[in-house]
Amino acid sequence: MYPTFKRTLLSISLAAAALTAGSAQAHSVWLLPSSTVLSAAQFVTFDAAVSNDIFHFTHRPLALDTLVITAPDGSHPEAVNVSKGELRATFDLKLEKKGTYIFDILRSGLRANWKEDGKTKRFMGTAEAFAKEVPANAQDLQIGESVAHVMTFVTMGAPSSVKPTGVGLEVMSITHPNDLVMGEPAEFQVLVDGKPVADVEVEVVTGQSRYRNALGEIRYKSDKQGKVKVSWSQPGMYYMDAELKDKNVSNKQATERSLSYSVTLEVQPQ
Amino acid sequence: MRNWVPVLLPSLVAALFAHPGVAAELSVKINVPQINASEYHRPYVAVWIERTDQSIAQNLALWYSQKSGPEGAGNKWMKDLRQWWRKGGRDVQLPLDGITGATRPVGEHTISFNDKALASLEKGEYRLVVEAAREKGGHELVRVPFNWPVAKAETQKAAGTQELGAVSVDIKP
Repeated sequence: MYPTFKRTLLSISLAAAALTAGSAQAHSVWLLPSSTVLSAAQFVTFDAAVSNDIFHFTHRPLALDTLVITAPDGSHPEAVNVSKGELRATFDLKLEKKGTYIFDILRSGLRANWKEDGKTKRFMGTAEAFAKEVPANAQDLQIGESVAHVMTFVTMGAPSSVKPTGVGLEVMSITHPNDLVMGEPAEFQVLVDGKPVADVEVEVVTGQSRYRNALGEIRYKSDKQGKVKVSWSQPGMYYMDAELKDKNVSNKQATERSLSYSVTLEVQPQ
Repeated sequence: MRNWVPVLLPSLVAALFAHPGVAAELSVKINVPQINASEYHRPYVAVWIERTDQSIAQNLALWYSQKSGPEGAGNKWMKDLRQWWRKGGRDVQLPLDGITGATRPVGEHTISFNDKALASLEKGEYRLVVEAAREKGGHELVRVPFNWPVAKAETQKAAGTQELGAVSVDIKP
């Protein structure tokens, strides 16, 4: 089990849950590092936001209360200078250990609606809050679960291996996520709860979309082993995401689980 | 006794080629061009021998600022030599004995290597690669193909357009 998953469930806030899969379809959610490749210990700063234009702060900050940073040695350093602005949230981290750091904003919870005195009631939040706030015998109760990852990776020195969390939907890098370069296609594998899944659509978009007329997204579908081979059209920051619904729910009354994954990747020039 | 002969023969043949009468030599001339910039910093430069699959056969030189100063703060900018960094720079512990040195001024610089220094270089096709990255400036990479060893003296040339001038490789048999 992902070590911080339980803690994440407990600490999740309503505000964070409001940004789960349903609204993610309308906006992109992203975590943008100032650097992805370092040759010495230094600070990297990160922006986290929800917006239509990729890597352009135009809408809302992305809540950082469920951010988990995993250092190359498996420890979980705390972000510093965490701040939430009107259009983006930011934090810094000094990368002092050689290898790859994983940044993951994991949001998971329940969404529900039901009838009470003829009116529709809604709930979004954690499983604990759900137990308290939603009557067990609610009329026409409909429950959906959601798990959403927003990730990025930064490496100091030589890259170290990146393991999947095993929670929800992930588009795992087979080619190391900080070793992407123009002219070399990269391989990824779509996993749901750590297992490969075929026929999942993965969308890849180059950043700076506001400076061009067409979004230019490229869609790939995972093969039988869940694999996707991505070709880069230019160097730069890329946004990659995938969404999936399944029935693998943990709440007995829930009918559906919405899964989403997004990651920021940098492709270096040759 | 009989088994010794086939074992000994290849090493005798190899010994013949490994120690020819005149020592083989590879020397590289690199021109660091004059650049008109309001704020000029000497470039970081990596020089290495690359196999045809682009892997590093041997590092030859690495010019960078090993201390904080006007030419940058040590290892912090090494990643800007991005090809070298990715192909193997990130896997080595700096400084490298006999390879790392201070940044060089504008002008022509020659570095030479005898067959002893290149002992691990097997017969074959290679490329001499020079990569330069300048703070507040650009980045350029120049590749010069060559064969090793050579039967007679050869000179191979290439040139950069921005951050590097002429690069030539002189090889003696």
